[in-house]
Amino acid sequence: MSSPVGVKKSAARPNWVSTRNPCKACAPLGAALVMRGIAGALPFLHGSQGCATYMRRYIISHFREPMDIATSGFSEASTIFGGGENLRVGLGNVTSQYHPALIGIATTCLTETIGEDVHGLLHEYREKSAGEESPLLVHVSTPSYRGTHIDGFHDAVREVVEQLAEAGASSSAYAGSVVNLFPGLVSAEDLRFLKEVAADFAMPMTLFPDYSETLDGPSMDKYKKIPDGGTTIAALRATSAAKASIEFGRTLRAKKTAASFLQTRFEVPATRIGLPIGVHESDVFFAAMEKLTGQKTPEKYRQERGRLVDAYVDGHKYLFGKRAIVFGDEDMVVGLASFLAETGVVPVLCASGGKSGTLGRSIAEVTTHLREPVAVRDGVDFMTIAEEEACQELKPDFVIGSSKGAKLARELGAPLIRVGFPIHDRIGGQRILHLGYRGAQQLFDLVVNTLLEVKQDSTSIGYSYL
Amino acid sequence: MADILRGRERQVYRKGQEQAFQLDCEKQSVAGSVSQRACVFCGSRVVLYPIADALHIVHGPIGCASYTWDIRGALSSGPELHRLSFSTDMQELDVVHGGEKKLYAALCELIDAHHPKAAFVYGTCIIGVIGDDMDAVCKRVSLEKGIPVLPVHSEGFKGTKKDGYRAACDALLQIVGTGPIDDISPMSINILGDFNLAGETWMIRDYYARMGVQVVSCITGDGRIDEIRRAHGAALNVVQCSGSMTHLAKQLKEKYGIPFIRVSYFGVEDMSKSLYDVARHFKDQEMLKRTQAMVREELERILPQLAAYRRVLEGRRAAIYVGGAFKAFSLVSALRHLGMTTVMVGSQTGNKEDYEQLRELCDEGTIIADDSNPLELSSFLEEKDVDVFIGGVKERPIAYKLGIGFCDHNHERKEALAGFEGMLNFAREVYGSVMSPVWRLTPRRRGNSLEVVK
Repeated sequence: MSSPVGVKKSAARPNWVSTRNPCKACAPLGAALVMRGIAGALPFLHGSQGCATYMRRYIISHFREPMDIATSGFSEASTIFGGGENLRVGLGNVTSQYHPALIGIATTCLTETIGEDVHGLLHEYREKSAGEESPLLVHVSTPSYRGTHIDGFHDAVREVVEQLAEAGASSSAYAGSVVNLFPGLVSAEDLRFLKEVAADFAMPMTLFPDYSETLDGPSMDKYKKIPDGGTTIAALRATSAAKASIEFGRTLRAKKTAASFLQTRFEVPATRIGLPIGVHESDVFFAAMEKLTGQKTPEKYRQERGRLVDAYVDGHKYLFGKRAIVFGDEDMVVGLASFLAETGVVPVLCASGGKSGTLGRSIAEVTTHLREPVAVRDGVDFMTIAEEEACQELKPDFVIGSSKGAKLARELGAPLIRVGFPIHDRIGGQRILHLGYRGAQQLFDLVVNTLLEVKQDSTSIGYSYL
Repeated sequence: MADILRGRERQVYRKGQEQAFQLDCEKQSVAGSVSQRACVFCGSRVVLYPIADALHIVHGPIGCASYTWDIRGALSSGPELHRLSFSTDMQELDVVHGGEKKLYAALCELIDAHHPKAAFVYGTCIIGVIGDDMDAVCKRVSLEKGIPVLPVHSEGFKGTKKDGYRAACDALLQIVGTGPIDDISPMSINILGDFNLAGETWMIRDYYARMGVQVVSCITGDGRIDEIRRAHGAALNVVQCSGSMTHLAKQLKEKYGIPFIRVSYFGVEDMSKSLYDVARHFKDQEMLKRTQAMVREELERILPQLAAYRRVLEGRRAAIYVGGAFKAFSLVSALRHLGMTTVMVGSQTGNKEDYEQLRELCDEGTIIADDSNPLELSSFLEEKDVDVFIGGVKERPIAYKLGIGFCDHNHERKEALAGFEGMLNFAREVYGSVMSPVWRLTPRRRGNSLEVVK
């Protein structure tokens, strides 16, 4: 690892106690997204009714798809006497209505604070319902007062794998040839892209979670209680017998992840790389694919890379020295910073509501060739970002991140380029491709054209050629 | 026919059934149902949200603040403090050691930075569990900063959304009665239960101004603390969103002797009737004449346009699922005005009287449902072959997934649907959705065949 010389130390600034315009959501939301990416599964929140409803609304507004999340719907009595009965009745009702293959239970701040023994309650439920229709039950602890939606996401991925991966799965059809890929929170289009890459490498892959269909499905004439798609339970059971695991996310180094669990417990070798955004990080991904499969990257992707670099050349004058504020989920920020830096844009401020403790180091790793300093701020909210020097004194040329930065961008008078999650004020967030050379190509065109539009609109000339 | 969840059989009714009408409602949602309801916190938050010069801080972990940041389309003619999201963002150690100190510090810094006229502190689930004394903190800050700092006890699990409405009304009651009222006209009202979505309160205020009625305060659309302080000086409370505001109206009647009437600003008939009811209350012939002239003027402008929409929409089928049942009455009438039939209607929080009134209003065969869920709603839409579904953001994907038109009539809407102009907007939106050519392509009407059709 190179030393983070370019990374600016945090300047002295007022220490706000409150969080003002959050740049994060809470942990159970991430877990619910993961559960939605398992075939035949239904997410279930153990807590108050409102949690499920609010998260559904938040997720629906991004994906514009049905998103059913069941809940045990705590009352005052369940808070005092425990929610075991609500959980039991709730699981029974979900089973009889949805007939799920799996129910993915996430806790909330309420159930964690009252100290619910969910593990014990589920054990009891399994015993009592033996012989009846009984879906698999997996659960993850996601107290909203710890971490962000991203922590909830990765913790859910790990828990599902820990609870389903089977010892002795080596005899299954998956054994030895399959590669597990844990992509983190990416778009539905990104997931489809990863499946395409695996198919082109003829590499059997277990992609988890996979909500590419469950949260971006076709129009129906008959409502599906649980939409088609998702990672199959059989595949999840066999993750233990995989040839290797790949996980995306440079900032995951401090975390216990699904891949690190499989490595420790089942000796499945794990490779952790950054989200493949831009040429450099995509090169790392394709190199990993080549290594795992022993195959050359297919010509199709080489062509994509070639066109991307050609486009970088065509557009370099529009971007060199431009200043960007990058915000969002930590690994998305790292990927975007890497991409922007390689095109000549200076990501002057990289900020996240997440606080893995490794954001600065990760940004430094992907921006080694940058001559300008990058300010990295983790665990921040939007009003803190707005108070930063990069926003106050040195106006950025553009802001890039989720739609939650719309207010910030408006105040700065800079365009917001919407990527990542959530995008609540535009259509198609689930179809944005961020990954691979192809994703970078789309991001690049978007960035350049946004700046050209500003140039065209900001004078009365009305250029015909730019 | 829909699969109705065990324990919910009596919350769904089909008009014309043999059975005597008795719809179960005002119950806790069945565990495991994917209810469209939110929680106590949601009820408090939506009601108080539009008060634009107050600080709204959510005391709890970050989620509750994240999911309600700038959530409503409630506009302000001045300050926009309500559109920011503030939270104590409780962390694990705060939960262990209690959040009172953090709340105190957060309130102080935010009040110093934003100079609000008042502060509302929303207690979320775990605050009730760890036993923070929110009242004491609020009292202390109020004394130190010289503004009302009001605890809103809205722990999510302590009841339903309606209990949240009540907690919000209780907080408001502490502000009412603290401002001067000597310059208030005897012909004056408070507008209760309009939230200025897409500027609707402004339209309604304009009607009242044209009638010669003084509006003392709007609770809470385009709301201001100093106006609410004076609310006890009004001669009449005009209550629209009765589910959320009846408690406040009753309290104001008890405490200050202010009578109240229920109104609705949706649809031509209900809108006109509301204005007439207010005019009649004041028993002023001149006002009544002004009201008649205004209503006539508005109707002459919009009726021909509505008639044009009706010619196309005649015979189409609609479904309605909204938060409060009171709005559903107006929607059934408004749709009827457009020649449309309501084949399914439901609400999250209706009561017995509401549902009885809906039953009387609806045609034979109409499905009436309380506290429904996506599985039921989707089956109703399929069974009744609905053309347009009217609801909120959580209902939208159910309609769209099935290739059915949708109209957002919830608090996130960006189109004004109240008032005379609003009825025209509503007709335009329903028309725009029903007549879109995209339904010609969806599997629901066309199937999945790729065969070329001219």
